Amino acid sequence: MENIETLIYLLLGLPLLAAANTLLLARFENLRDGQAVLLGLVTAGCAYALYTSSTPVPETVTLVQIAPQLTLTFTPEPLGMLFALVAGSLWPLATLYTIGYMRGAGEKNHTRFMFFYAIAIHAAMAIALSGNLLTLFVFYEVLTFSTYPLVTHKGTPEAKQAGRIYLGILVTSSVVFLLFGVISVWMLAGTLDFASGGILADRMNPAYVPLLLGLFAFGIGKAALMPLHRWLPAAMVAPTPVSALLHAVAVVKAGVFSMLKISIYIFGIDFLAATNASDWLVWVAAFSILAASIVALSKTNLKARLAYSTISQLGYIVLGAALASPLAASGAALHIATHAAGKITLFFCAGAIYVAHHLSDIRDMDGLGRRMPITFSAFALGALSIIGVPPLAGAWSKLMLMGGAMQSEFLIIIFLLAVSSLLNLVYLGEIVLRAFFKSGAHSEGAMAEAPWACIVPLVVTALMSLGLFFAVDNFVLEFGGK
Amino acid sequence: MSEIAAHWNYYLVIILMMLGFYAVIARGNMVKKMVGLNIFQTSVFMLYISVGKINGGTAPILTGDPASVYSNPLPHVLILTAIVVGVATTAVGYALIIRIYESYGTIEDDELAVLIDSDEDACERANTEPA
Amino acid sequence: MMMQHLPILQVILPLLAAPFAALASRRHWAWHLTLVATAGAFAISLLLLATILRTGTPIIYDLGGWPAPIGIVYVIDSASAFVLPVVSGIGFIATLAARHLVIAEIDARDHPLFFAAWLLTLAGMLGQVTTGDAFNIFVFLEISSLSGYALVAMGAGRDRRALPAAFNYLILGTVGATFYVIGLGLLYMLTGTLNLADLSVRLADVENLRPAYVALAFIALGLFLKMALFPLHLWLAPAYSHAPSAVTALMAATATKVSVYVLIRILFGVFGFEFPYMTQAVGGLLLTLGLLGAFVGTFAAIVETDLKRLFAQSSIAQLGYMAIGLGIMTSAGIAASFIHLFNHALMKGALFLALGVIAAQTTHLSLHTIKGAGRQIPMTMTAILLGGLALIGVPLTAGFISKLYLIRALIDSGLWAIAAVTFVSSALALVYVWKIVEHAWFTERPENAPVLTETPGQWAQAWILVLATIGFGIYAGPLVEAAFGAAQVFGPDIIQATQTIEGLQIIEGLEGQE
Repeated sequence: MENIETLIYLLLGLPLLAAANTLLLARFENLRDGQAVLLGLVTAGCAYALYTSSTPVPETVTLVQIAPQLTLTFTPEPLGMLFALVAGSLWPLATLYTIGYMRGAGEKNHTRFMFFYAIAIHAAMAIALSGNLLTLFVFYEVLTFSTYPLVTHKGTPEAKQAGRIYLGILVTSSVVFLLFGVISVWMLAGTLDFASGGILADRMNPAYVPLLLGLFAFGIGKAALMPLHRWLPAAMVAPTPVSALLHAVAVVKAGVFSMLKISIYIFGIDFLAATNASDWLVWVAAFSILAASIVALSKTNLKARLAYSTISQLGYIVLGAALASPLAASGAALHIATHAAGKITLFFCAGAIYVAHHLSDIRDMDGLGRRMPITFSAFALGALSIIGVPPLAGAWSKLMLMGGAMQSEFLIIIFLLAVSSLLNLVYLGEIVLRAFFKSGAHSEGAMAEAPWACIVPLVVTALMSLGLFFAVDNFVLEFGGK
Repeated sequence: MSEIAAHWNYYLVIILMMLGFYAVIARGNMVKKMVGLNIFQTSVFMLYISVGKINGGTAPILTGDPASVYSNPLPHVLILTAIVVGVATTAVGYALIIRIYESYGTIEDDELAVLIDSDEDACERANTEPA
Repeated sequence: MMMQHLPILQVILPLLAAPFAALASRRHWAWHLTLVATAGAFAISLLLLATILRTGTPIIYDLGGWPAPIGIVYVIDSASAFVLPVVSGIGFIATLAARHLVIAEIDARDHPLFFAAWLLTLAGMLGQVTTGDAFNIFVFLEISSLSGYALVAMGAGRDRRALPAAFNYLILGTVGATFYVIGLGLLYMLTGTLNLADLSVRLADVENLRPAYVALAFIALGLFLKMALFPLHLWLAPAYSHAPSAVTALMAATATKVSVYVLIRILFGVFGFEFPYMTQAVGGLLLTLGLLGAFVGTFAAIVETDLKRLFAQSSIAQLGYMAIGLGIMTSAGIAASFIHLFNHALMKGALFLALGVIAAQTTHLSLHTIKGAGRQIPMTMTAILLGGLALIGVPLTAGFISKLYLIRALIDSGLWAIAAVTFVSSALALVYVWKIVEHAWFTERPENAPVLTETPGQWAQAWILVLATIGFGIYAGPLVEAAFGAAQVFGPDIIQATQTIEGLQIIEGLEGQE
């Protein structure tokens, strides 16, 4: 039992240590960056150790009691440990990639960047392991504020504008709706602790459940549910490692994770299913999935297209939460992991293309595959995983979501998921096809890949998508239910 | 009618109060404002003093005669304090008026407002056009 | 021996130190004397708080040995013991900062007089909190206000607009205080007493309450003026923005708070929850004006470019939240106001002390002045950032605790709509705080802009308050308990028991089914 507690402290503390070191070692670039990667690897190891440790009784660590009934508490549960594992294992890769990208693309203010990057990971870890709603909310806000300097990193007017949208939407939604939801739960249930099976059943009038769920669905702006998605494309002005962080590792994943965690451990799947409170959310999520896919088709900027793809994919996870069936919840949890691996690969590739050739428009990438074979092969793998083609990990989570839809008797959703996959195929496939099979301005010339620090992470994550398909057994979580 | 006659002191106080208050609000000249403020305060003093007074009552000095009727001394004492406060306020007020006249050359509200605006503009310029 | 005289020493110490400060022949003596006096006052208020927390029984101090209601009494109970350390603590820390701020901003000849007025203003505020006599409150109110007018006017050395600002403050302040006295006169006519506790007892026996309604209206109006509640807030922004920086910090953090405290004392200590029209008229008015003030202040801050005025406008919004807390008319609401009173004093003190570091170096303190300042004066700007985050109510800062308990109190009383609107207005604070962040960190400093400097001696005082803001955001238990204890002074909540919230009804309904 002791070691679980130690692991929790390590997972929370190591990113902070990396942040502190970053400041202390600001003058020694290699040392500063090296320690971050190293500590990242240790964090990943800890996250893995925590995930594989089978504890029958959840271990609780209370950091501080803020006020009566209000504590900062950390309690690992399967879903949180999975998210911690995702964030923890992608962090060192993202850091390594950041080093390559920042040096390659000639960005300034590395120390500030690395510092807030580490803080953001700390916040993501804390969200993952949070034992009550207050802790989740607190670190949700920490994550927002710590990623703001990253989004605005370039300091240009566009970056500042993007920062305003980013902060405006995320903070306003969380302060106005999420905090309202948190306080409402506190009033209704008298507690904020996550508990399997939920804490709200029998505590409130079923008629109000959809309303409360709405406070959370629209309060968690990080889940980018339409119409609160605007910040995500806006934040694309940031350097690509930030986009990777936002899309795959920390921010949006923290959003959908929170959504999933709240519906499983606050409302309880059975309670949601019994009251049909989440039916409306199924349709909103479905709309978000389709609409974002269609918008993605119209974007020619690679990062913008990926951003809308993310919005659409986040819809899957919210959908999984809203379907309120055990299989859908498991699928949603798995999708957090599979989408993370897939999307981070795509963003790494986008960044690598930018570093090597300063290209960001899809139409300019004709034939580029011949000059950057590694990058585009990885891109193809990531894309196939997002589309949901076996033998890539994305296939499993989509399959489980469809099964969940069947369980909840939303048959039309199955059709919708299929349509969405088709759209994914069109907008992601186009890029791969252009790169490999069309010839354009960039098709001639010798191989010109990005620096190794960019290539290694994207190869690793692409292989992860592949590996996850075969090792999926270890990542399917069971959430009670009938 | 007898109602009004019995409470004539209150009506006087209210009239005085409104006069003073009107001067504070409506007059643009700062000295007149201060005068109005003084009238306003004085009306309150009158209120307290008249409340303490009892018809036929004497000064509250022990005479040994249990039948003697006193006026209530407490409001009078309170108002002594309030008068001191009022005097202090007046002094600070006039001191400020003198200083305002020294730096702006006027003690009229509207003229002052123009000058203050130009001060603000000067600040604004200093801020937007780097020195 | 000394211990039992603490309540009077609390007020007397700064009061007596004032003339000595005025007479000090060397300017540093005045500051040292002030420092000792404020440190003493702070220590006394901490002692008093500790005593109250330990024993739980109020300390009643009969002035000159005359017991109430004949003599004047000083009462230290959970409420006044809660507010005293706020005032004296901010006074102490502001005095620490005053050394460099006053040297930078005020003519050396005036230092002794400045510190004399400074001590008087503190003594006046401490007196208002300690005394149990309604007329005595007026006297102390005027002591603190008169010296406050003088302090504001001392900004004239650098900015002549301080003079008209001080004059307007004087006119409105005096009108407010006079309104208070009128109301008090009416109460005295009805009850024949001026002792707060006695007033509340005797008021209950009064048959014809109509003069009491008028008294309530006058007193409330007067205090609304003094606490700068919308729409009686117009004096505040000019006075704060043109005053010397140290004065702004002291007054913004304490002056209006003391008026809020006096309002609580009179409204709930004298009239009480059950007074006719209290909930509907006074409560409704406080809620309405508080909400309006929250929006008006926030929007005014959003469009403002002068930094001192920006935070002065934000003060109006924050006072609006305190008014909302009182308007709920439950002890949970009063407790929320007490919590915010405490937290806001910390945040605004920190912000204005940090602004002072910059104000001392430039003539105009605007957004333009701080362009790119984040690199030149990182500690100062970080203090402003953290203070700003606390204003928004970001978790792990004291502002979050304030907001949490205010909203909770609102929802407790079924005021869902007001809770929602409060959420929106508090989120808007983000806009004006973020203007500063963008200018300070994400804008290049203009090449011809003067170089700003900072030394630990300058920013340390602001950081003490910043750390306190964060400390009380992370570990707020004792604060919350003390605030609820303070609210308990004004009786149990009658209203809350009679009002039902939907959530409770639902619970009861479900229990009924089972």
